[in-house]
Amino acid sequence: MAIAARGLGKDYGPIAALDDVTLDIPAGQHVVLLGPNGAGKSTLLRLLATLALPSAGTLTLLGQDATRGDRLALLRRLGVVSHQTFLYDHLTALENLVLYARLYGLGHPGRVAASALEDAGLRGRAADQVRTFSRGMQQRLAIARALLHDPDIVLLDEPFTGLDRASGDALESRLRSERGRRTCVLSTHDFDRGLRCADRVVVLAAGRLVADRPAAGLDAARLLALFREATGQADPGGRA
Amino acid sequence: MSYLRAVWLFAAKDLKTELRSREQVVTLLFFALLMLVVFNFAFDFTIIDFTTLGAGILWVCFIFSGVLALNRSFQIEREQDRIQGILLAPIDRSAFYLGKVAATVVVMSAVEAILVPLSVILFNFQFSDRIGIAIAVLILNTIGFAAVGTLFAAMTTRTRRGELLLPLLLFPATVPIALAAVKSTTHVLAGRPFARYSSWIGLSCAYDLIFLAAAVLLFDHVMEE
Repeated sequence: MAIAARGLGKDYGPIAALDDVTLDIPAGQHVVLLGPNGAGKSTLLRLLATLALPSAGTLTLLGQDATRGDRLALLRRLGVVSHQTFLYDHLTALENLVLYARLYGLGHPGRVAASALEDAGLRGRAADQVRTFSRGMQQRLAIARALLHDPDIVLLDEPFTGLDRASGDALESRLRSERGRRTCVLSTHDFDRGLRCADRVVVLAAGRLVADRPAAGLDAARLLALFREATGQADPGGRA
Repeated sequence: MSYLRAVWLFAAKDLKTELRSREQVVTLLFFALLMLVVFNFAFDFTIIDFTTLGAGILWVCFIFSGVLALNRSFQIEREQDRIQGILLAPIDRSAFYLGKVAATVVVMSAVEAILVPLSVILFNFQFSDRIGIAIAVLILNTIGFAAVGTLFAAMTTRTRRGELLLPLLLFPATVPIALAAVKSTTHVLAGRPFARYSSWIGLSCAYDLIFLAAAVLLFDHVMEE
C-alpha cells in the first residue's frame, strides 16, 4: 500500500477535524476526496503530507510510519499541490524551480528545472518573474514544482480553485496522464473533474469517512446522489 | 545537500527577492529616517552631548525598523503559503531559520550602513577613529536581535494578528541585547577604552550564541502544528 491510515484522527482543541478515518490506497491509484467545507479533506491531506501529526491512529506512507523514522526520506517521495502555489513572485519561473530542485537535492538542478518548464509548456516564460504570470500559468508551474523530484505520492488540495476552463482542462489532462504512474489524492468540489481524474471516490463529512466507492460506474448524477446521501448536503460547495 | 548550502540557499532567496522588490529596505529606511529626524528635532544637541543619547537613539531606530523587517520577512512566506513549500522540502528546518537570520542581518546592516553616516551628519559627532569597533558592535548586536526576532517571528507567523504579537513577545526577550547594544555603543561613541565595555561585548556574544543554538534546536518544534 502507498498509503495506509488506521483510525486516523486530528483534533484542534475541542474540535475533531478528523475522526477515525481508515483508508488504504494502493500504489498508482488516484483517489478523489469529496466533502462539504469543513469535512476534513484538507486536514487529511495535511496529515498525509506530514505537515501535521495525527491526534489518534496510525499512518503508514510507502511502508514507513509517517509519524516516526526518517521524515526527510519520506518528504523526498511526496509532492504537494495546493490552490496556493508556494512560488516566489519576485523570482523567475526557472529560479523558483531551481530553488526547489536544490532543496530536494536533485543533481543538475538547472537542467531538471528547464525540463520541467518544458513539460509545463512554460519554456518561453522561464526568465519571467512569477508575478507576471496568470493564475493558470502559476498553477502549471506549481504542479511542475510538485513533480520536480518525481514523487511517488502526489497530494492535491483543491488544485482547480480559481482556474479558468482552459487551465482546468490542462490540469485535468496532466493529472489523467499521471494515472498508474504515481499515487494521487485529490480534494475538490468539482465532481465532474474529480470523477474524470480518479479511480476511486472517498467522501468525508464532519471529519468522518462516510463513503468509499470505485469511480468506475459512477457518473456525475450518481456521484451527486451518493454525496447527498452520505453527507446530507445538497451540493459539493457545502450549501445545504 | 549540505546544511550550510541550504542556509545559503534560503538567505540568497530572501536577498534576491528583496533586491528585486526593495520592499523591506525602503520601508525600513524611511521609518528609521523619520525617527532620526524626530529625535533631531526633539533634543537640542547644541546643549546635549550626542554620546550620552546617541546610542539609545540609534538602537531605537534599528530595533523598531528591525521588527518591520522581521514581520515582512515572514509575511512573504505566509503569502501563497510558501512556508508550507519550505516545510515540505527534505531539509533540516533550522537551515531555513539560519537563512532567515542571515538575510535579516544583511537587510538591517544595510539600513544601519545608511543611518549611521546620516546621524554623523545630523547630530554632528565624530568617531572616525573607532569605525572598526563600531561596525563590530553593530553587527554583533544585530545578529542577536535577528536571532531572537526570527525565532519569535516564526512562532507568530501562523497566528492571527501575528504582526501585533511579535513586538509583545520580542521586546521583553531583547532587553539583554538592547541593553548590551546601547551600553557598548555609548562607550564606543565616547571613545572609551575597550576594557570599559568588554563585559557588554561578552554579554552580546553569549546572547548571540545562546539564542542561535537554542533556536536551531527548537526551530523544528516551533514549526510543528
